[in-house]
Amino acid sequence: MIKGRHIIEPTDLSVNEIDQLSTLASRIKSNPEKYLDALKGNLLATLFYEPSTRTRFSFEAAMLRLGGQTIGFSEPNSSSVSKGESIADTIRTIGCYADITVMRHPKEGAPKLASKRSNIPVINAGDGGHQHPTQTLTDLHTIKSLKGTMSNNVIGFCGDLKFGRTVHSLVKALSRYENITFIFISPPELAIPIYIKDILSNHKIIELNSMEDILPKLDILYMTRIQKERFFNEEEYLRLKGYFVLTKKKLELAKKDMIIMHPLPRVDEIHTNVDNDPRAVYFQQAKYGMFIRMALILKLLKGDNHA
Amino acid sequence: MLKVDSIKKGIVIDHITAGMGYEIFTELKLDEVEYTTALIRNVSSRKYGKKDLIKIDNVVDLDLDMLGLLDPNITLVIIEGEKVVDKIKLSLPNEVKGILNCKNPRCVSTIEHIDDITFYLANEENREYRCEYCDAPYYPKRK
Ligand SMILES: [Zn+2]
Repeated sequence: MIKGRHIIEPTDLSVNEIDQLSTLASRIKSNPEKYLDALKGNLLATLFYEPSTRTRFSFEAAMLRLGGQTIGFSEPNSSSVSKGESIADTIRTIGCYADITVMRHPKEGAPKLASKRSNIPVINAGDGGHQHPTQTLTDLHTIKSLKGTMSNNVIGFCGDLKFGRTVHSLVKALSRYENITFIFISPPELAIPIYIKDILSNHKIIELNSMEDILPKLDILYMTRIQKERFFNEEEYLRLKGYFVLTKKKLELAKKDMIIMHPLPRVDEIHTNVDNDPRAVYFQQAKYGMFIRMALILKLLKGDNHA
Repeated sequence: MLKVDSIKKGIVIDHITAGMGYEIFTELKLDEVEYTTALIRNVSSRKYGKKDLIKIDNVVDLDLDMLGLLDPNITLVIIEGEKVVDKIKLSLPNEVKGILNCKNPRCVSTIEHIDDITFYLANEENREYRCEYCDAPYYPKRK
């Protein structure tokens, strides 16, 4: 039963629960009219202690499309937070008005702290470089929708695999499924950490420094950006980054039904000449993200007794 | 070996890693109490070569998590009527609440007052604990 719970990290949900959410999200997507009043009279509070327009819009759109309403702030300067109110006090007050809350905070663990003091469900919408469970849910739901299943895929992760929170969370979540081959493509200085590889003892892992050779084998290519600051010097960055950029030319090597994902925003790791390729699903991901958030909010508030 | 009067009713903190005795003595604030205590350092031990030990001639409440964190080698010997009635072998606690503070500058506990942070034992071999909020590792000091 998901109803009433807090969602602080992806593994707060079991494989089975994620499956149910994904099924509900697909149902909503194919019949949105049925859910127009599903949360009529309910209020979602969006507490954004740092701006993230993309994430906030996704949650607000999700709530509004379920017939609910939203209140909140999008940066702390405009709120009582700037007067020094603690997270604990803010969440207790918000609990008097709203039925569910979404929190983004630059400090790691802030949503978890809020959840301990809250009488309404708290969803973590990103706490620093720590957790961002609805991003992971979005990725899982996208894979499930477009590939039918998480299991039995060959998945390539490309870019900054050392510091990329999105990749770490997704890999951890995927480790709970069966027979996945994980291909990690990165410069050696940005390789996937050992503690992540340790989680994958039941899966096949391959580590590479360029994508060309492996592209024909991939079912899914998950791209992430490489930040210049991660390198010792500019020349090193310029020399290496080309290996980790996806172009139309390279894409010719890939399977016809491979999908290309990216958590966005991208910089130049995916050339714009790839955007119109049907395999490029990174802009659709945002849509899947909204539907999975709809499913999550609905389940947290109504349990299995929804529309 | 140095003779210390036997305890009628109290506790012996035995098998303290040599060199840790003084720190544990002060951490337990035994330097401030009125009743009889003894800190004995560098006792020869068959098992550990050298060890420290503390005798407390009084019934006291000890925080076993805190003690286990400071030195998981400790054995507590409970004495009543000058006889050993119980021995408690300490180990690294699986979780400690309200004792450690998170050192991660990005952790929420650096901006909010939280006095009951729980740290979970993540790796016994490395004595690695993790903050319940930010998952940052914490290694309790050892000598
Ligand atoms: Zn912490």
